[in-house]
Amino acid sequence: MGFVNVKKKEVLIKIVYYGPGRGGKTTNLDYINNKFKERIKTDMVSIKTHGDRTLFFDFLPVDIGKIKGFDIKIQLYTVPGQVKYNATRKLVLKGVDGLVFVADSQVEMREKNKLALEQMKENLAAMNKDIAKIPLVLQYNKADLREEGIPLLDFETLEQDLNSDLGVPSFEGSAVTGYNVVKTLKKAISLTMISFKKELL
Amino acid sequence: MYGISQEQLDEIDSLLIHELIGVGVHSAIVVDVAGNVIAEHDNGNNTTIDVHSFAALAAGNFAAVDAMAQLVGEQEFSLHFHKGETESIHFSKVNSDILLITIFGNDISLGFLRLKTTEVIEKIKSIWTTTQY
Repeated sequence: MGFVNVKKKEVLIKIVYYGPGRGGKTTNLDYINNKFKERIKTDMVSIKTHGDRTLFFDFLPVDIGKIKGFDIKIQLYTVPGQVKYNATRKLVLKGVDGLVFVADSQVEMREKNKLALEQMKENLAAMNKDIAKIPLVLQYNKADLREEGIPLLDFETLEQDLNSDLGVPSFEGSAVTGYNVVKTLKKAISLTMISFKKELL
Repeated sequence: MYGISQEQLDEIDSLLIHELIGVGVHSAIVVDVAGNVIAEHDNGNNTTIDVHSFAALAAGNFAAVDAMAQLVGEQEFSLHFHKGETESIHFSKVNSDILLITIFGNDISLGFLRLKTTEVIEKIKSIWTTTQY
């Protein structure tokens, strides 16, 4: 849950990248970390397995500037994507303000995307949060693989599978090349800020 | 989104400075369970830590140990302690929303620190009666 510190004049916001394993959540954060190095004063924290997969979470704090004199600090987290780590995913979701769901566009990942989204919905419900109300952006990652001849689901199919009920902003993306990575994050931040504004009114 | 008043923050700051830093604790941090830093103070003599990363890890660590507690049939483990060669870390739960973390050296005994943190926790609890928004 976002915290407003009236003394330090700062607002802390938690945005979590969620999605199936090996979908590109950490790669999104890596790209943001490299792209905005000058705004990120610290190293990205990653708790990984020996196989380089996220075990607990990645954490990246980004300062995005001021709104009405308050410093806005966005704290980006990823969850571990592997099915067996659901208990850990629930812990990372605690106090979440906004979400980016990173889907893997590869044809073979179709069911895993749907399962991960369904589980995210359940995990949110367990914390009394409604997926329909929380700021959420979908990213259909790995668009770069199309050029390598790897079969990908088209945008319409992904929309039908994942976004037909939700109707949230969605982007095709490539975390490796950076295509739409920043656009996805900006959208997630703006939706989260709008939802905060609504809470304050 | 939530917040607490300037007065509440001032009172918490004053507690951390006088009751903890004042008795030799190197660093005292109040974080919420989402990993947000609510208040932090240090004695200025020790290497400054990246407090936001520290808070994220501390909240994650606390949540993980809480989940382990439930697996062994405990409601919670309300305090954790990590012993280092020169610096040690003590975590304690203030209420269901916030944690108090202290970093201290070998010059303070664990017993004394526990006594002080228990006092501070009770005082923070009485300050943390309302949140805003």
